[in-house]
Amino acid sequence: MSKKECQTIWQEGTDMPLAYLAIGDKAQVTALDYQGAERRRMLDLGLVCGTMVEALQKSPAGDPIAYFIRGAVIALRDEDAKRILVRRFA
Amino acid sequence: MRGMGLTNQSTGTAMAAGVGPVIIRSDPQDRIIALAGNPNVGKSTVFNALTGLNQHTGNWPGKTVANAQGQYLYHEVKYIIVDIPGTYSLMASSPEEEVARDFICFGNVDTVVVVMDATCMERNLNLVLQILEATTKVVVCVNLLDEAEKKQICIDLDALSASLGVPVVGTSARSKIGLEELMQAVERVSCGAGERGFRLSYNHKIEAAIALVEPKVRELLQSIESNRGNWLDSRWLSLKLLDGDQTLRAAATDYLGKDLLCDHDLAKNLDEATSLLRQSGYTPDALRDEIVGEIMETAVRVYDACVTLKNRCYHSRDRKLDRIFTSKATGIPIMLALLGLIFWLTITGANYPSACLAQFFAWLEGKLTIFFAFFQAPDWLYGVVVLGLYKTLAWVVSVMLPPMAIFFPLFTLLEDSGYLPRIAFNLDRYFKKACAHGKQALTMCMGFGCNACGVIGCRIIDSPRERMIAMLTNTVVPCNGRFPMLIAVITMFFASENFFAVAYVLPTLLLVAVIVFAVFMTLALSKFLSKTILKGLPSSFALELPPYRRPQIGTVIVRSVLDRTIFVLGRAVMVAAPAGVVIWLMANLSVGDISLLAYCTNFLDPFARMLGMDGVILLAFLLGFPANEIVLPLIIMGYVAGGSMADIESLSTLKHILVANGWTWLTAVCVMIFSLLHFPCATTCLTIFKETKSFKWTLFSILLPLLTGCLLCFLVTQTTRILVMI
Repeated sequence: MSKKECQTIWQEGTDMPLAYLAIGDKAQVTALDYQGAERRRMLDLGLVCGTMVEALQKSPAGDPIAYFIRGAVIALRDEDAKRILVRRFA
Repeated sequence: MRGMGLTNQSTGTAMAAGVGPVIIRSDPQDRIIALAGNPNVGKSTVFNALTGLNQHTGNWPGKTVANAQGQYLYHEVKYIIVDIPGTYSLMASSPEEEVARDFICFGNVDTVVVVMDATCMERNLNLVLQILEATTKVVVCVNLLDEAEKKQICIDLDALSASLGVPVVGTSARSKIGLEELMQAVERVSCGAGERGFRLSYNHKIEAAIALVEPKVRELLQSIESNRGNWLDSRWLSLKLLDGDQTLRAAATDYLGKDLLCDHDLAKNLDEATSLLRQSGYTPDALRDEIVGEIMETAVRVYDACVTLKNRCYHSRDRKLDRIFTSKATGIPIMLALLGLIFWLTITGANYPSACLAQFFAWLEGKLTIFFAFFQAPDWLYGVVVLGLYKTLAWVVSVMLPPMAIFFPLFTLLEDSGYLPRIAFNLDRYFKKACAHGKQALTMCMGFGCNACGVIGCRIIDSPRERMIAMLTNTVVPCNGRFPMLIAVITMFFASENFFAVAYVLPTLLLVAVIVFAVFMTLALSKFLSKTILKGLPSSFALELPPYRRPQIGTVIVRSVLDRTIFVLGRAVMVAAPAGVVIWLMANLSVGDISLLAYCTNFLDPFARMLGMDGVILLAFLLGFPANEIVLPLIIMGYVAGGSMADIESLSTLKHILVANGWTWLTAVCVMIFSLLHFPCATTCLTIFKETKSFKWTLFSILLPLLTGCLLCFLVTQTTRILVMI
């Protein structure tokens, strides 16, 4: 699915990759597609299920993107942000 | 000082990753304090404020790359304080974190001071809670209160202390506020006044599993003598055993002198508890998720109870700045402009003091000559001392000192303001394309200060493959020792003396171009390595963009002049003095009727000519192996040492000497390329060896830039000769 499609059909209550979250939008983490040490590193950043994440800003080349996660600004690369699923709630 | 810093400690005797610190207690009364905290919370500032040590503090994650130690006296008791690398958690996912965890848990520490960033409490609480699970001997230090106040973040320290069950002290370490209270609290806790501590409770399934294991663990811990003072918490250790954390088990085994799981009862209980958990659907990853999730939820509860935001958009200023410094339209232009501004200030500003210094040294040389003549000193003594040693020293000081004294403080200002992580953010895409780690942009920036520090800084990269790439390519960016030479060469050969504006703008642009070229070569070599001997894909990467902070201008100037300028200059002088003597002797000692210098340069000359340079230049690079700073002075010495030397009072006289010895713009270009791409200096080689513990990789780190540099110089020279017929 392309980014555009993903954004248009994305509704409340459905999951989508964090990478496709529009700048300025907020969503909650629902799943992490990571195992072992990489998963631990993501958890350390505060990316657990239920964490609210806001997409803040793209870098000049569009990738990575800076996210607001639990009071800190963290930049994630595109392929990492694709492995994190988020959901928007009312 | 760390990272960009250039102390002996950080360049010479830094600790290898994964090795715990060695603490020497001179008196059994001495108390050991560990200073823990997330990266970039001002830990090093607290450390400096307590110890008075001038340890350099930076403003980006992973700055303290090895443990720094200091001490202070309070009520006549000595406190040995250890600054451990910043970590986000104790669930070690990198060698760095392992060091931190092992030291906190098994370092026989009397008190752990956990430093928190008052402007980022929610995230910081995660580590605090994890440490509180392992020990109750904790003092929480909420630092950067002044920054929080500016952002209208109110923190109820008493409520925080009540929820956490340990003393909480608020500080603004930069302005030395709250230190007395901190020392008091540390005294109280280290005396063993029982703190209540904090107990995280998990869901009943996990609690049941802990209950199965814990009694046996407690019994075993009590029976092991080395666990004096009941330091290890049995509940925490049980949880870690359930978690199946192998590195922790190994560390505990080392510490206790025996593997707990050798006990059959415990092993049996643990198996039972683990299978219970599996039945409830707790795979290792799921269990970890649940544990971390519980910690995060608790952190949110504590946060909500203790922190009030008067201004919901407290970070809006940072976001506005980010939109300027990292946006598509302005991010990269501003980055280049800032770089250009720094160089312009350096080149323009250094010009006049350089000339003054050179005049002063020439005047002093005249006096020295009269002095030697007065005592009728033999010619050889005059030659060695004045023409060799003194002249080289004078050159190093007058060419190096002014640009360094301007460049270092400017660069430190950028560093302290929090801009460098933004550079990494802007450039990350290109590093990703080169299959390199995003944090390599940070270690590359450290390399602008000192390549040896950049190499040590590579420890912040977790993946061994990407760390190796970052280390091998770090020397491609010019360190502070090479900047003055680049500046001098550019100013001499590419600045027009006719127009004032052009005289300074053109060299600045060229220097920016040289840096862009160096970054490009870093990426190209990284890509080359990724596609050949260090194959692989980039690992996952997260870069924290810390809040911008107003740099402390006064401190920056004092610190960068004292720490960096004096250190680099001192090192250059130490190396330049003997090198000056050597080159003078070589020029004046003859075998047969040809001087040693001529013999060596003649030998190197044919090869050097192919690379667009000459024998003297190549010899200067070789003799400059201990410190790159002395290459240009050695070149001049090489040209003039044999004959009678005119006093060199400015760069234009210098240019005349070089041109008289056959320099053209092509020579200048090749010298610049070669200065970017040749072997790393001795200190850097040594550091690479210490970090890789491999002779092979060290040799490779020499050959990689050297061969690339030779190839490039050769291509440039031959192409130009064919095209222009110089």
